[in-house]
Amino acid sequence: MRYIPNSPEERDEMLAVVGLNSADELFRSIPSGVQLNRALKITEPLAESEVIAAMEAMAAKNTAATKTSFLGAGVYSHFSPTIVDHLIQRSEFFTSYTPYQPEISQGTLQYIFEFQTLVCQLTGMEVANASMYDGSTAMAEAYLMAQRVTRRNKIVVATSVHPEYREVARTYTQHGEAEIVSIPFDEQTGRVADLSALDDKTAALVVQSPNFLGCVEDLTALADAAHAVGALFVVVVTEAISFGLLKSPGACGADIVVGEGQSWGVPMGFGGPHVGLFATQEKFVRQMPGRLCGVAYDKNGNRGFVLTLSTREQHIRREKATSNICTNQGLIALAATIYMETMGKKGLQEVAMQNAQKAAYAAKQIAGIDGFEITFSSPKFNEFVVRGPVSAIEILENVRTHNNIIGGLALSKYYTGRDNDFLVCVTETNTREQIDALVTALSGL
Amino acid sequence: MSITKVTQHPTQNEGLIFERSHGGRIGYRLPKLDVPVTDDILPAELRRDDDLDGVPEVSEVDVVRHFTRISTWNYSIDLGMYPLGSCTMKYNSRLNEKVARIGGFAGLHPLAPAEETQGALELIYRLQEDLCEITGLAGISLQPAAGAQGEMTGVMLIRAFLDQRDGEASKDRRVMLIPDSAHGTNPASAAVAGFSVKTIRSTAEGLTNMDHLHELCNEGGVAGLMLTNPNTVGIFETNIREICDTIHAAGGLVYMDGANMNALVGIARPGDMGVDVIHLNLHKTFSTPHGGGGPGCGPCLCSAELAPFLPTPRVEAETRPVRSVPQASYRLNYDYPHSIGRVKAFFGNFGMMVRALSYIYTHGAEGLKEATEAAVLNARYVSNKLSETYDKPYESDCMHEAIFSHKKQSKKGVVTLDIAKRLIDYGFHPMTVYFPLVVEGAMLIEPTESVGRADLDAFIEAMINIDREAQENPQLVIDAPHSTRIGRLDEATAARKPVLRWRTDMEATAKSA
Repeated sequence: MRYIPNSPEERDEMLAVVGLNSADELFRSIPSGVQLNRALKITEPLAESEVIAAMEAMAAKNTAATKTSFLGAGVYSHFSPTIVDHLIQRSEFFTSYTPYQPEISQGTLQYIFEFQTLVCQLTGMEVANASMYDGSTAMAEAYLMAQRVTRRNKIVVATSVHPEYREVARTYTQHGEAEIVSIPFDEQTGRVADLSALDDKTAALVVQSPNFLGCVEDLTALADAAHAVGALFVVVVTEAISFGLLKSPGACGADIVVGEGQSWGVPMGFGGPHVGLFATQEKFVRQMPGRLCGVAYDKNGNRGFVLTLSTREQHIRREKATSNICTNQGLIALAATIYMETMGKKGLQEVAMQNAQKAAYAAKQIAGIDGFEITFSSPKFNEFVVRGPVSAIEILENVRTHNNIIGGLALSKYYTGRDNDFLVCVTETNTREQIDALVTALSGL
Repeated sequence: MSITKVTQHPTQNEGLIFERSHGGRIGYRLPKLDVPVTDDILPAELRRDDDLDGVPEVSEVDVVRHFTRISTWNYSIDLGMYPLGSCTMKYNSRLNEKVARIGGFAGLHPLAPAEETQGALELIYRLQEDLCEITGLAGISLQPAAGAQGEMTGVMLIRAFLDQRDGEASKDRRVMLIPDSAHGTNPASAAVAGFSVKTIRSTAEGLTNMDHLHELCNEGGVAGLMLTNPNTVGIFETNIREICDTIHAAGGLVYMDGANMNALVGIARPGDMGVDVIHLNLHKTFSTPHGGGGPGCGPCLCSAELAPFLPTPRVEAETRPVRSVPQASYRLNYDYPHSIGRVKAFFGNFGMMVRALSYIYTHGAEGLKEATEAAVLNARYVSNKLSETYDKPYESDCMHEAIFSHKKQSKKGVVTLDIAKRLIDYGFHPMTVYFPLVVEGAMLIEPTESVGRADLDAFIEAMINIDREAQENPQLVIDAPHSTRIGRLDEATAARKPVLRWRTDMEATAKSA
């Protein structure tokens, strides 16, 4: 096995040093009754070239990867500068462990500190952690944190929050005290409308903006409504590119911002690994889940960084920890950091504007097709719902088989009674030619 | 040991990117906007008005130098032995990185139609099959994002099973037994599933105390046991069958923390030991990179009895004849009404699954067994060679990791942390320190199979030298490390007055410091 440095002779010499005659004797403490005593029924070892061929053969069956696509819904196709993937492949980054030994982990710690800072700047919040698994688990953790902070248990969540996020949050909270109340969106605007569920038992109002239907919520008004009953206002963001254009949740009064950072230079990768964002106000920092990196000095006054406030975490607090999470998404947070820094202030603004402009153009063109309309009237960022003349599944299937375009996501996957609606996402990677091709395809149905 | 440092060295003094920023610098170029511009695209009250204040402006060269410089401040597996016990820091192959980046995987949207994602579903299915064979368990979900989430999923399966089996009476069965040597995530995950924790004592031999186990089972209410095997002191729980039988007789189920599977792959299977549910860490046993703290991937495997409760969707295969030739196709099945639900959006950390399957293909059955043997032999070798220099708290043969304590050095005022920091001066990453908690001043050393004899000997020699220094010149060890860019950091002050982000006034403080 080429990954094992020792030769058979060296192995035998080492066995002799520890007083054994064969490798089998290493396992004497395992009762023979539970030893396998046969070869595993898996493949013979493959050569490097054979592994590549097997993987390429499987990858080739993923025909969606090379098609023109207007899928979004929590995972977005954006261009990632070449240096992002190049830099994260430095051994020093990808083959290192969690930075528990700060003297030889300053590279990792410094980028985490930069990541935390950038997340704060973009979300408009005071503190951010070193990242969570993804947006969905970050939202589940926000539910739990809101319960801890307010000592209340009712979570009021909009149905226009990503349906898979809501499923995950339900899983996380099913054995606790949380009472989850769903509130609908307005049929005309697509925004959260009915806030009558908010009361003095409410721990948090949870909304997504831009929401799952692509609509930008009036966060300031929602924040006021949540605060009026003493609840925390939790904002979920699945499209991180939107921060470059939209008023930050922090500026609108959010208490916790959670989200998904995949759009910041991370490949779609069939849904993961991505990177969860978690930001809040300074006064809540000791209730936060996950790792935090902070400034520290050595005895000579040199500035460095360490993982800090770890008394919140499972390795110290065990069952009383703020979360069971142990890892962060280190390398993916690094990719996001490199992306944000490479794009910089101007790039993050320009890419956000391009997304909004291209989506607006596409929406306008589609709205002009006979039988098609844009379902919701609220302002949008880079996604919008289209209502077709027949079932969305049928429309999308047609466009896919006849025009080789994945035209969007049929909302019937997640919502009942919305058979003709589909969600279209347009990013800076969609050219005008592609948008026009989609419009032509829809027109030709 | 003193080195004259070049204090102005640019690589050693790289600041924060915010301190490098200069208005007007550009690091990107987008294609020209190719659609007609819509004016007033959003109402002003919904738009940002802070001009992204504080976000850096740097060139591409600035970014590349910045990250290349700070990367050199990290230790990494590719530099040398990374003997962190319980972490399994094995070689991360470039092949795995390459295949995970194939366009058909990396560029694939998770919500694309299943007909057009067959290769990804096939890969998940194949990995599921192999992991089931390796663990001897029938059910699997690759959805959990990391070990702690795999654990949470595992104990939630136990909870769902008991709720269904016992109905109302399940509420009287909420005790999770956890050894005192367990990872902190175990009790934290149990708490998420609504269990309370009772701690099982270990014996002087480092094994589960069977008398105490029986006693706790007799107290009743036992939902299950969370056990690491080999346990966190690196010893195989020889009584594993009896332990499982005892828990089962008490009406509970056994969850095994798979953190230490690198000692077992190809040799013994948890399913054959009586374990009901386990999580694996693909980032440990199956070599997906630790990435400086993530991403991980924590598949949860279970017995057929628990399988109905696994998260959905499940990836399944069906074989149908296509022009009379049987052909496999893969599908996502959401129809499991007793499922605990989703634990993560989409299908888990797919990119890690590609790497893990590449690892399995490269090793094959024989290579996986060889890796296990090499990992255990390396740890045994270290255990043997250091047994006269460092206190060995347990006599039993170790599996894939060797444990010592600072007992012999602490008399001179040199404690585990000092030994760990001094190892840095010898060019090694420290071992895991102060874990497990049952050994005072614990040093847990897991070489993995990726270290050759020459490097092991160098490590052993360094450990012996440090002991000599501790006896002859303890201050040298206490003040370590001496060779790093930065000395030991004042973590207490950092926690008392946390500074968790850069602000404009920080630059001045940094320069004056």
